[in-house]
Amino acid sequence: MKFSITVTLKKDVLDPQGKVVQNTLQNLGMNNLKSVRQGKYFEIEINDQDVKKAEKKIDDMCKKLLANLIIEDYKIKKI
Amino acid sequence: MNSSVIVFPGSNCDRDIAVALKKMQFKNQMIWHKETKLPKSDLIVIPGGFSYGDYLRSGAIAGKSNIINEVIKAANNGCLVLGICNGFQILTETGLLKGVLLRNENLKFINKDVNVKVMNNETRFTKKYKKNQILKINIAHNEGNYFTSQNHLKELHDKNLISFKYCNDKGNIDEESNPNGSLENIAGIFNAKKNILGMMPHPERMIDSLISNSDGINLFSSLLN
Repeated sequence: MKFSITVTLKKDVLDPQGKVVQNTLQNLGMNNLKSVRQGKYFEIEINDQDVKKAEKKIDDMCKKLLANLIIEDYKIKKI
Repeated sequence: MNSSVIVFPGSNCDRDIAVALKKMQFKNQMIWHKETKLPKSDLIVIPGGFSYGDYLRSGAIAGKSNIINEVIKAANNGCLVLGICNGFQILTETGLLKGVLLRNENLKFINKDVNVKVMNNETRFTKKYKKNQILKINIAHNEGNYFTSQNHLKELHDKNLISFKYCNDKGNIDEESNPNGSLENIAGIFNAKKNILGMMPHPERMIDSLISNSDGINLFSSLLN
């Protein structure tokens, strides 16, 4: 079973990297840009058969290591 | 006094700290991160550097390593713990210190000597300093932009848990003297029991007037009984 996990900075946390990417895109002539936020992407495969159990494990991984919950949010998707 | 310096792959300030501790007559041991037992220590130091290449987030992987469980146990039993630079980042990742260190506001790695002000000199780490004393200490980091919740910030104020703040050479704490965008110019904090100190500046680089200055010595001598 395979999951995708996206970790992004929380809305109210400044994202200087995203800002620089945004500025550069604007310099390249990309107009009407509203905002750019940068994040991290993981793909994790696990051997469980039970979806609920597997999702719980992935959730645990996010909480314990993949995201720092003070500044980051995460989204899990089965793929 | 017995001290232990934790060494991770990518630590690079470990030997400088060992030199500082030896100069202060600590009986020091270097402890590799894969160890599962800590020798009896009065002080544990988590050094600066780039543990695990800063993979995932600075300090994140080191914060889950074997030896860290022992550090957490010792810290909860009152052992003194000092985290410098990457060591501070690791302490926030373990939860021993609250808050987080974000990328520097200007996105640049900053390596320079800055002024910091001693905000609380009534602790085991800072008692040899004077209150409001201005120190010149080197910083060298990419993620030193301290951030925390409003509740915790209030706790830092109420319990006097801010150890150092960035200031100018006259001691004014203003935006201009803030090198990395850190919340309220915070350069170092204590935990509520004040047995743990995390700080971005490198006192171990300031122990010899021949090569820098000796503003960092009193931090190590404060720790002696």
